[in-house]
Formats: sequence, C-alpha cells, structure tokens
Amino acid sequence: MITKRIIPCLDVKNGRVVKGVNFKGLADVNSPVELAKYYSDCGADELVFYDITASAEGRGIFTDILCEAASSVFIPLTVGGGINTLDDFDRVLKCGADKVSVNSGAIRDPKIIGDAAKRYGDQCVVLSVDVKRVDGKFHVFAKGGREDTGLDAIEWIKHGQDSGAGEIVLNSMDTDGVKKGFDLEMLKAVCDIARVPVIASGGAGCIEDFVTLFKTLPEVDAGLAASIFHFGEVEIKTLKKELADNRINVRL
Amino acid sequence: MTAIIDYGVGNLFSLKSSFAYIGEKAVVTNDPDEIMNADRIILPGVGAFGDAAKKLFDSGMADVLKDAAAAGKPILGICLGMQLLFERSYEYGEHKGLGFIEGSIRPISERVDTKKYKIPQIGWNALRIVKKDCPLFKYTNDGDCVYFVHSYYGAECDKSLLAVTEYGFDVTAAVGSGNVYGTQFHPEKSGEVGLKILRAFCEMK
Repeated sequence: MITKRIIPCLDVKNGRVVKGVNFKGLADVNSPVELAKYYSDCGADELVFYDITASAEGRGIFTDILCEAASSVFIPLTVGGGINTLDDFDRVLKCGADKVSVNSGAIRDPKIIGDAAKRYGDQCVVLSVDVKRVDGKFHVFAKGGREDTGLDAIEWIKHGQDSGAGEIVLNSMDTDGVKKGFDLEMLKAVCDIARVPVIASGGAGCIEDFVTLFKTLPEVDAGLAASIFHFGEVEIKTLKKELADNRINVRL
Repeated sequence: MTAIIDYGVGNLFSLKSSFAYIGEKAVVTNDPDEIMNADRIILPGVGAFGDAAKKLFDSGMADVLKDAAAAGKPILGICLGMQLLFERSYEYGEHKGLGFIEGSIRPISERVDTKKYKIPQIGWNALRIVKKDCPLFKYTNDGDCVYFVHSYYGAECDKSLLAVTEYGFDVTAAVGSGNVYGTQFHPEKSGEVGLKILRAFCEMK
C-alpha cells in the first residue's frame, strides 16, 4: 500500500534558507543543500524548495543551489515560487526538479497548467492554492496570500485538475501559522472533489496534528510543513515512527 | 561506463547525478558508437508512450538498443523506459514497443476503483520481490520502499516479473528477461534503496 508522505518546505532567499535554526550535527543550518541532505537522512519523503527571491540575480543563485541539492539528495524535489511561464518550468526542471508548483502564475494565466502538463506530463505539475474563508466561502488568494481573487477554491481546484495538474497542495491561510492542526474541514471539501493526490499544508504544530490528519482524512496523501521542522519542534524520524505506531502507513 | 540514452524525453540531471554519487562513470548520449562501447545502458523516459516510442524508432535508437540487447549488454529501462521494453502499450491508442519483454502496458484505472486509488500512483510504495535470486535486487529487501509516478502498468508479463507493489492489485514494479531489466519506479529518486539498486545494476557483467 502506498505510504503517506511527509514533506518539509524550505524557503530560499538569495541562496540561503530563511528561518534557519539550530540543528545538531549541521555545520551550516542556512544552507539549503545541507538542510536538504539532513532532511533526506531523517526520512523526509520529498522536499519543496520555495524560491522567495524576486531579482533575476536571486533566480540564478536559486537554480545553482537546486543543481547542487539534486546532485546529492536522491528523493523527489518540488520547486515553487516565481513560476509564471513554461520557461520557468524549463529552468528548474533542467536543474533537477521533479515537479514544479504553480500558484499565482496559474491564476494570472490558467493556460499554463495545461501547457505544462502537455509538455512535461501531469505528474510534473503541482497546483498550489492559498485558501481563506471569506463570508463562509473558500476563496483563492494570490500573491502570497495578499490578494483575494474572489475565485471559489473548489471550482478552481476542479479546473486545475481537469487542465492537467497532477497534485494539489492546499494551504489553508486560516490555520497557517496557528499551529493548532491542519484545516480538516477545508481539506475534506477538497478531497471530496480531488482525483489527484492532495497535500495538506498549514496548521501543523505537533506530531499529533499529523496523526489526526491522516486518521480523520485517509484520502489525504501527504502533509507539508516548514517551521515546525526547521525549529526542531517536530523531528521527522520521531513523527514517522509515531505515525507507524498509529497504524498509518509510512516509509521508515 | 554506463550510457544513459538521450532521445529527447525527460530530464536526465538526477539520473546522471545519481551515478556520479555512487562513483560510477555515466555519460548522457545518443551516439550509437558510444552506446555500443558502454558496459551497460540506461533507457530513461517520462511522458507519453506513443511520443517516446516514435522518437526511439525514428531516430534509429531502437535498432541500436536491439543490437546492444543481442550483444548481451545489461540494459535497464526506468519508468517509461521500462514500459518501452514491452511489446505494446495501450496508452492513448495502441503503440508498438521494443518487444524485449513479453507483455503490454495498460491503464491502472482498468484494475482499481479510482475513487479509492488515485491516478497517477504518486509516492513511496513497498516492493515485494517475486524472483528472489534476481541480481538487480541483491542489496534490496522485501518491504523496501521506492518512489513511483505512473498511470499505466506492465501487464501480462508473468514470465519476466521480478517485483510487484500493492496498489489495489499487484502492480508490476520490476521486470527482467535475460540481460534486459526494467523498473517502474525511479531508483534515482528512491533514496538509499534506489542507489543500491543502481549499484547492483552497475555490478552486472
């Protein structure tokens, strides 16, 4: 049976991990490559490199870092951030990315989902969606959560998978940063219509939150988090062991 | 030296890096002489079967591979590369493959309830090794997890079945016939377990 995936997300700016912290046995905790290796050794099933640089120079540094990571870490790598065109897909795939996640770029130009899926395959295209409740409805937000697009999240995700997105990352802005657990209600609504894997993001604060996620919603395929892994609040090895003890199928 | 066949499908960066990482020389090439001079061959591939098969046949690469297979060179097809080793595929129509492995490529959706089993199968799944003395798995144990991404699977290939994985049914994970091998999963994306499978392949004579 396929295992549930645990995915740390690394925010990279000018070649460094943002929010780097102390890790035993890590020489340079701000090095994305070192951190990627560390997570891979701890049992991370996949890594997301999120490029938060805006400058062209920063982009170049990012792809250099990506190449270096893909030369020493042999688990799937997803790249997100600043993906607006097929050239952006090309740029990161050539450096060893396996999947590319689009967010605002797809809202601006929805055609990119289908175009990328045709060229690189559905499995390569991840639709990442920032969602927040507005008047009791799930709205899609763009530009890193700064702009309410007014789009209905469920309709947008349906459209995304029909166009060829091979995976959905659902980031609940309502639970993000709160650390009181994943947004199970929002995830359920998405899982009800999803034919492709759904990755839960936003809200994890402790190991129990992951157990609850996979127990309550067995149709969720993966859990993604950033700071709780970086700050050592949740250790991936311990997390996966705990999941296994709770009869949730994971790769140990 | 390992020749990684470049026929214009997919991204070979990680594959090439994985060989460098285990200390094996590998070259990405479409040069027939270089391929015939290599000790072993990797046939990679992502995307659709029809397009990839057309590229293999149109470029003459299919003939090079047939010569190499006949000369007894170890060949490993990965993901779509494994599927191309089969006789035919039913992915969007019917397409002819290389025919090194008896059987055909069929949609997973024919066999499972797609409400329960999402298509593509994406993620880490456990191997059950069917052929215990297979040299490809000499460093691999039953239950080791490897990374899969696929919507189609190898069918009617009992004779060459090496390993399966459970995804609603026993899905072909690896095949082998003589010196020709194929893995549906990506060893270059399967961490230590995957690197050991590549190492075992590199030790084949």
